[in-house]
Amino acid sequence: MPKYLLLKHYRGGPEPHHPFLPMDEWAPADVEAHMAFLKHVGELLEKNGEFVDAQALTPARTWVRYGGPDAAPVTTDGPLPETSDLVAGWYMIDVESFERAVELAAYVSSEPGPGGEPLYEWIDVREVMSEAPSDN
Amino acid sequence: MIDEPARRLDEGALRALVPRVLAGLVRRGEDFDAAEDALQEALLEALRVWPGHPPRDPRAWLAAVATRRLVDARRSEAARNRREEATYAEPRSAATEEGDDTLFLLFCCCHPDLAPASQVALTLRAVGGLTTREIADAFYVPEATMAQRISRAKRALQGRPLDQPGDLAVVLRVLYLVYTAGHAGRVDLAGEAIRLARQLTLATEEPEARGLLALMLLNHARLPARFDPEGRIVTLDRQDRGRWNTGEIAEGVRVLQSALAAQRPGRYQVEAAIAALHDDAASAAETDWVQILAWYDDLVGLTGDPVRQDPAAVLGRAVAVGHVLGAAAGLRETDRLREVLGQRHRWHAVRGHLHELGGDLPAAATAYAEAARRATDVAERDHLVRQAARARAAGLPGNIE
Repeated sequence: MPKYLLLKHYRGGPEPHHPFLPMDEWAPADVEAHMAFLKHVGELLEKNGEFVDAQALTPARTWVRYGGPDAAPVTTDGPLPETSDLVAGWYMIDVESFERAVELAAYVSSEPGPGGEPLYEWIDVREVMSEAPSDN
Repeated sequence: MIDEPARRLDEGALRALVPRVLAGLVRRGEDFDAAEDALQEALLEALRVWPGHPPRDPRAWLAAVATRRLVDARRSEAARNRREEATYAEPRSAATEEGDDTLFLLFCCCHPDLAPASQVALTLRAVGGLTTREIADAFYVPEATMAQRISRAKRALQGRPLDQPGDLAVVLRVLYLVYTAGHAGRVDLAGEAIRLARQLTLATEEPEARGLLALMLLNHARLPARFDPEGRIVTLDRQDRGRWNTGEIAEGVRVLQSALAAQRPGRYQVEAAIAALHDDAASAAETDWVQILAWYDDLVGLTGDPVRQDPAAVLGRAVAVGHVLGAAAGLRETDRLREVLGQRHRWHAVRGHLHELGGDLPAAATAYAEAARRATDVAERDHLVRQAARARAAGLPGNIE
């Protein structure tokens, strides 16, 4: 079965379906509903036998490159274009097909936002290359 | 299928024997690395065999099986010569009681030349008797990674004399690391750290060892109230104090009192005293902040330049100052830490708390949101987002809390 990463972003990706405020400015009940939904997604994936991993990333980012012989690594945290992608976290799933991955990504994207309305958040679906050659 | 409760019962008894058997092998002159490997194999075999065939003398069984493994390993070892010139530490004389064995092994595992992650892993395996798999699970790394970390640590110890008393301060720090790592994982590391600290207090009179045990007990006592059924963090001021473990509190206070009686204060004793005052309050409103502040004064007094050397103590003290002298005074205390801790989530979270204490909800919401952006723990991040949303909603015009 193929594995997919469902990537959530702090920013970047296609034009958002609609603008929304950062979560700490939502009504407390909406925050609760949102978090409860994400927890439910994790549990659902486990129950389905499709869960591999889920992780969240902090928004702090450091770019690093080799500094050359005898030189310290070169690091920078910017400036970067405001629209550059910033991954917030992921679900890794192990599913029957690409179609199933898309279905689950769309479900994640239906997560409730302000006023309980779906966020319609863009989810980046990426297939994980398998380690072993497939047998067909 | 092995019966779960029966198996766990055996496991507890089994693991308590680990330091004694291992210390016996090492004192007999066996190489620490080889002895530890042999004992680990014996343990795995015990887990398999004991439920069906419990041994009459478990300790002798483990020692015998481990010794057999050592002999087998030695026979098949090509580079036997290398082994012979390696450290054959003089067996130490006389005292080989249980606590002494534990201390001896803790000094081996917490050797100052090892990195903290290696000290922790080795301690859990060689003293705690956990399997590599369990330790890997506790730290969410693959088993092969943890196996490698342990074997590298043991290689680093090779050739070092293991008969010198080590640095107790390092041992205490390692046990505290084990404890603090233990709140989230699947293996109860907090319980394990408490068990090891309790064994350590049998082996040393050092009051800081008892201070550490007390600190762990007094914090661990609140664990059942620290999360709600949904897994959400519940802060101290909102916890259901009826769910605190009164047995652990009583033991913690008793251990702390015996430590303080030695009149050689140290940071673990002071932190335990602060935890005891929180545990002692029947409600958040009854917290004795004046006494807590006095203990924090002692804590920051333990270092010459607390802002740089112990910023966490200064930050904790700022909260106490806020409760005793008012939010503005507390916030002024946090200002001193801006340069050192200004990028850390805890600094912003404390400022959020102090702003809220002072009734400035919009400022509290901003500080909580800043803290959430810097949090490195999902439960804490979610908690801070909630705090921000709650403070913002309550602070909106027309909304009187």
